[in-house]
Order: sequence, then C-alpha cells, then structure tokens
Amino acid sequence: MSSTGSPASPAFDLADDVRAGRRRAVDVVEASLAAIAEREPELHCFNLVLADSARQRAAEIDRMVAAGEDPGPLAGVPVALKDNLCTRGIETTCSSRILAGWRPPYDATVVTRLDRAGAVVVGKTNMDEFAMGSSTETSATGPTRNPRDPSRVPGGSSGGSAAAVAAGFAPLALGSDTGGSIRQPAALCGVVGMKPTYGTVSRYGLVAFASSLDQIGPFATTVADAAGMFDVIGGHDPADSTSLDRPTPRVVSVLGDGIEGLTVGVVRELLEGADPDVVARITAAADVCAAAGAHVEEISVPEVRLGLSAYYLIAPAEASSNLARYDGVRYGLRVDAPDAASMNVATRTAGFGAEVKRRIMLGTYALSAGYYDAYYGQALRVRTRIVEGFERAYHQCDVLLGPTSPTTAFPLGERLDDPLAMYLSDVCTIPSNLAGHPAISLPFGTGDDGLPVGAQLLAPALGESLLFRAAAVLEAGAPAGTGGAAGGVA
Amino acid sequence: MPGRYTITRDDVAHVAELARLELSEAELDMFTEQLGAVLGHAADVAALDLAGVPPTSHALALTNVLRPDEPRPCLDRTEVLVAAPSVEDDRFRVPSIMGEAP
Repeated sequence: MSSTGSPASPAFDLADDVRAGRRRAVDVVEASLAAIAEREPELHCFNLVLADSARQRAAEIDRMVAAGEDPGPLAGVPVALKDNLCTRGIETTCSSRILAGWRPPYDATVVTRLDRAGAVVVGKTNMDEFAMGSSTETSATGPTRNPRDPSRVPGGSSGGSAAAVAAGFAPLALGSDTGGSIRQPAALCGVVGMKPTYGTVSRYGLVAFASSLDQIGPFATTVADAAGMFDVIGGHDPADSTSLDRPTPRVVSVLGDGIEGLTVGVVRELLEGADPDVVARITAAADVCAAAGAHVEEISVPEVRLGLSAYYLIAPAEASSNLARYDGVRYGLRVDAPDAASMNVATRTAGFGAEVKRRIMLGTYALSAGYYDAYYGQALRVRTRIVEGFERAYHQCDVLLGPTSPTTAFPLGERLDDPLAMYLSDVCTIPSNLAGHPAISLPFGTGDDGLPVGAQLLAPALGESLLFRAAAVLEAGAPAGTGGAAGGVA
Repeated sequence: MPGRYTITRDDVAHVAELARLELSEAELDMFTEQLGAVLGHAADVAALDLAGVPPTSHALALTNVLRPDEPRPCLDRTEVLVAAPSVEDDRFRVPSIMGEAP
C-alpha cells in the first residue's frame, strides 16, 4: 500500500507494521486510549470506551504475531463502532433510553468480520437516537462536538464515529447511512465516509431504522483506508436476506487506475440549495477531475428535488413498523403498569426521545387509512422516478459529483427545535439511499468559516470501483491542509 | 391545494394512540405544528400526478430466501432471557393482558 504513487493508507500501513512485528498492537491501542483520554471529556464521541477488552485483544494480536500467525489485514488497528451495531455481551444502546443497558446475545456480521481481520474495537460511538437525526444532538447521552470546532455539531446520525476518526481516536470507524448518516457527518468533520450499494454489506446485527434504506459503511482519514475497510466488511452473508448473493466489487486494487476518459456529471440540482462557498469547492473538485483527463459536464437530474419529501415519508413509515418491537417485553426498558397495554405505552413514552416519537408518528400517519395512498404510496412512486432519473444520468455519465451537505458544520442547538431545517441537511445525500446506490464523501477544502467541505461522488449500483477511483483522484487534488485526523493514532 | 393535507391536533392524538405513545397537552401542540411543517413540505410529492408510475418499495428486486431446513445452534436461552425486564420459568413475563386475573 505504501509504494510510490499509491494513495495513502495509514490504517493498513499500521496493520502491516504490526503483522511484521515492527510495531506492537498494545502500543497502538495505548496511543488510541491516550488520545481518547485527552479529548473525549470535551467531545463525547463515545457511549462506551472499551479500554480493558481493547488492551486484551491487542495483547492477543501481539501473541499471534510472535507465534508466527497472521492476525489479518487490520491487525491491531483501533476501530470505533456506531452504537447501533450489536456487540455480544457489550452494551448496545442506539443512544436511546429504551435500550440502556442492553447487551446483545450476538455480534453483527460486520463486527465478526472486523474481529477476523484483527481489528481492535475501542468503543461504541454516540449517535442520534436510533440514527434519527443529522447532528447527533438527539442522543439520550448528550451531543457529540465537532473536533474541528467544538461549538459546532459533528453532523449525524453517525456523528460519534465521524468525530472519533477526525479527532484521531481511531483511524477507522463504522457507521450506518439511511439518508446520509455516514456521508454528512464525514463531510462536517473533514473525514472520508462511504455508503456502499444496498446489499453489499450485511445488515445482520444492525439495529433496524428503515430497512430498505439502511446500509453500514466505513469512516477513514483517507480514501484508500475506506476502500480497504469496505473490502473487509463487504460480501454475501446468509444471515441477511437482503444481502446480495453475487461478487462484491474489490476496490483496493483499482484505486490507482485514474479517471482518464471517464465522464463526470456535476449534478445541477445538488448544488441548488448549497452555500456559495460550498459550490465553489465543488466547482474546484470538478476542475480536478477535468485535469485528470475526465470529461466533465453539468447534468440535470430534476427528480432528486423530490428525494427529501419522499424520504421523510418512507423512512418514518418503515421506522414506525421497525420500532414497534420496543414494547418492554423481551429487552430494554420496562416501565411497570397494571396491564400489558399500559405497560407498552408507559415504556415507549418514557423510553423514546422527541425526534423518535416525531418519526414514529409521522410514519404511522403516512401509513394510516385515508392517507396511505396520498403519502406513502405516492412517495414510493416518486422513488421509482428517482431511480429512473439516475438511470438516465448514468447513461450519459460514469460518476456524478455534488456537495455532500449544503452547508459546513452548523452551531449546536441551531436546528434542534426546527425539524424541517434539520431534515434539509440531508437533501444531497438522500437520493442515493432511495436508489440503493453507492456514494462517498471526502474532504475537499474549507468553507469561508474555515470548516471542512465534503465533496460527494455518486455511482450506479455496484459501481464501487469507479467511485473509489474517482475519490482517489479528488483526494490527490484536494487543497492542502484539509481532512485527515487531528493528531492521534495513525 | 393548501390545507388539504394539514395534520390536525386530533390526527396527532390518534396516531400517538396507534403508536402507543402518550403525549402531554404541550407535546400535542408542539408535534402538531412540527409534523404539519414536514407534511407541508411533502405536499410537493402529494400533489404530483404519478398515475401509472409503479411504486418502488425497495431498491433491490427482492426474492424470498430460504436456507436448508437443517438443525443448527440458535441463540443461547440464558443469554437472551438475561436481557428481559422480567422472566419466569424460562419465559418472558408480562403484566396481565385482556384484563384477566394475574
């Protein structure tokens, strides 16, 4: 990975050092825990720091290396997990009071795959409650702060994972992306975040929010690290009935292939609501693509304008069904009451926060008699239109380019009481979820406020190879001094 | 068609009941206003003429997936029950339902 001309891959270089015995996993993990000890009280990236189990796992990795065994491609690399990924015997709360103290009886498939690759889990990261939010402020454990400017939000819902990587707590993290929950916080924190094609990464053990949209994906400081992480976690899993039973693209090997001769479409509608300084960065990113030999053209996909409205009917509808399982019977909180029905009501009323209640009620309404066809049915027809719009675009272009978020990181508290303003943060990321397509956000310069701007690349289903090739080109051409981690492990 | 899709306070009270949530008077006011704003934004979708456009409920063409019907280990019962709020005789215990005596 470190050969001349290849994109930087600090996490995998670190693993190579551990595998070759040049560096001890226990030292790597101590460096991670020291970075956490220093800034975690200010930032609150984690719901749970797993110092003891991380030290034990690191010592095990070192013993394997000493015994001549290969612990795997992520040997000794500290990884942070979003707190909606099930970890056997380790508290998994989704940042909700209703799951406080819950210890799942099984591991998510991605957790098993990371373990087999030799990664060391250092903690469970803070998130918007049940991944519903765009700022990590709806968490029952309190907000995470943006490491680039602690008066700002880190984005969300995977804000803890994005901030943990940006703060240098861990070089890699996992999040989940239902409407932009990996890409938007990656953009706001100045790191790389990627949402894979729906079905390429197993959702087994991911606590469900909106099942037709949810997808797990990586956070990293570089494109190559994100690519390597995708290769580790991707692939068919019989435990997830929506997992694609066909070869998943392997992306690390194509990273250096460039984009000469490809067509990059700059999507006019994604730039429409964006701040002028964000638009300027995306224009500069398009110039980098052109300089790399790509044909760059402006393209119109008017259907994406409808994405936000459709999403905020479809996702709550699915959520209202998925969250019916929190009834105080089998796990999580129970508020006692004389009969089962009042116990259900008391438990859910005490256990869910305001944003989760809003979404459950919105979804229940959109699905209810008399409104089903006007809202939910109509949103599903709009989803068809969005898929068709992308099909047309990909007939003309190989990849698409736009901003990840219309703005840079906004101040804490600014949008919390105005749900519609908060939902508008997701306007550029939602269309990919509705279509099931892959997309990536990478840091590309800063806004007028000095905060990171994320460039977003989109590709058709299973177009991860093209996506990462284009991302590597943009990373190499990005203005100096943006992205990466603020000190820490790698 | 302004107003047609506006959610009322009674609608909010009704969906809260369906969703098994109890709202205070103040919460009812707040959620009616907030959900109204979101649904107002969704009016662009509701107003479109999409007759004849098929719905897409999922990005993938889903097919049913079956595994071979072979015995294999399931979750450990003790580990599952230890997470439950109340357990009796290796089963989940709940308060009375349908009003019968406990």
